[in-house]
Amino acid sequence: MSIRGVRIKIEELSHRYTSKSPITFDKVNLEARQGEIIAIIGRSGCGKSTLLHILAGLLKPTDGSVRLDDVLVNAPSPQWVMMFQAPHLFPWMKVSQNVGIGLHFAGWDESKMRDRVNDALDLVDLQDYADNNVQDLSGGQQQRVALARSLVMEPELLLLDEPFSALDAFTRASLQRDVRSIAKRLGFNVVIVTHDIDEAVLMADRALIMAGSPGKIYDELEVNLPDPRERHDTEVQAMRTRLMEAFKTAANEHPSTSSKDASDESSPHNVTQHA
Amino acid sequence: MQGVFARCRGWLAMSNNTAPAGLNNLSNMLGDKASQRFLKSSWRGVSNFVIGLAILFVIWWFGIYLISSNPSTEHFGDFGPIPAFKAIPVLWDEGTIQSAITSSGYRLGSGLLIAICIGVPIGILMGRSRRFRELSNSPFQLLRMISPLSWEPIAVIVFVTWNQAIIFLIAIASVWPVAFATAAGLAKVDPAWFKVARNLGAKPWHLVTRIIVPAISFDVLTGIRLALGVAWIVLVPAEFLGVSSGLGYSIQDAREGLSYDHLMAWVLIIGAIGYVLDSSCVWLIKRFSWHRGDQ
Repeated sequence: MSIRGVRIKIEELSHRYTSKSPITFDKVNLEARQGEIIAIIGRSGCGKSTLLHILAGLLKPTDGSVRLDDVLVNAPSPQWVMMFQAPHLFPWMKVSQNVGIGLHFAGWDESKMRDRVNDALDLVDLQDYADNNVQDLSGGQQQRVALARSLVMEPELLLLDEPFSALDAFTRASLQRDVRSIAKRLGFNVVIVTHDIDEAVLMADRALIMAGSPGKIYDELEVNLPDPRERHDTEVQAMRTRLMEAFKTAANEHPSTSSKDASDESSPHNVTQHA
Repeated sequence: MQGVFARCRGWLAMSNNTAPAGLNNLSNMLGDKASQRFLKSSWRGVSNFVIGLAILFVIWWFGIYLISSNPSTEHFGDFGPIPAFKAIPVLWDEGTIQSAITSSGYRLGSGLLIAICIGVPIGILMGRSRRFRELSNSPFQLLRMISPLSWEPIAVIVFVTWNQAIIFLIAIASVWPVAFATAAGLAKVDPAWFKVARNLGAKPWHLVTRIIVPAISFDVLTGIRLALGVAWIVLVPAEFLGVSSGLGYSIQDAREGLSYDHLMAWVLIIGAIGYVLDSSCVWLIKRFSWHRGDQ
């Protein structure tokens, strides 16, 4: 599988759901290097999930633009795919059919599709489960199928909307590690939206802190840590403390009033820090 | 709707016990513990099937025996199971069973097909549009509760032939279960599936063929099964009048000819065909079901 990343350029991006509703976020500017993994941390209501939906082309911005290597994002595309909090697999299909569904939409023929699906299943360590019904898989395995379903499209950009928050700590840790290593190996960009500071430290190259209502990016930190990152590494711990401080400062200065972020599926979710 | 659903599940569970006998061979080849359990349960299913029906026939036989041993009702002896079973080969050799099944089957099939063609789109509309669902609720509930046979006088006036009138009665009886089941199926479709599919490049027709149809096929088939049950009940009385073919006509004909053995033979045939049709629906539902716990 050959995947390459893109340069992300977000300019003066603003959003409100209707002309009468308050501004979700206002004039967000952001650039990312090719292959960079970015984490956006924020409380519910700051519009981070809405921002991700706009990046995926699933929502339209009120103002401003998102460009990936000068291509304007204004509709969904398999080039920039999103993974959600729940895997949302199709329960009437086998694992391999779920993974190949995007290729099916694109009109691939059966044998080419099978090879590509097998590659993607290899990436997420599910090669032995190709013929299982997805309902027989555990939560973590289902989320891996969802990951393979996204990777099979060879996306330039993978968007993660708190995709591991419903999993147990052990499964979550292994998926966080695997997604980062796959992204680094294949070279595509990742944008993660999370309320979990640990997740940002373990997965991202750069962490952005979003707060306030309307939301705005108030701070950013480079996460210059070697791989593989382990939760108990002293550098990881130190980074987490710095990020937590930065987050608290931003959150105190720009409190978000209430949860108006309609795309945020689980509420209430506050910023959590795992001990 | 929920009630209807619960009932369907109940029926499914009951029908599962009466597993087909042909599966015994299959489990012989496997020969492990699980297949022994399977063999045991299917053997149980078959024996339940046979014993249950045997009890029914014994009660039938005994009731008629009591009636015919009374001198004043002696001539009702032909209502018993033995004359009925003897009459079936006679009717078969005459070809009346085959032609009755053909004409009734044609009416039933056409009526159901019309009901599906109208009911599924109505159900999709009910499931997708809140406005339509709210507006249509009271008229549909009212229409649904009209006994299908009470349309008969109107149908006879409106349609040129009795055949068309009967097809209309079957269609109007069976359109509601199909429509309501389709709507219920659509209500369970996760909106996130559409988001995921759009995200992966699905075209609008993909949403229909790859998501909506497989997602609701179970519920639509369940609705068709309910519709078939209602249609089967409506078919026979609808054929009492006007037509000179079909199962209902044959019963009426046997009654007028005072051939009670033929009459009971027809009753048995109607029950048996209905049972087979319903079991085929169950098989289809199981085949297309992706819900865990129904299999």
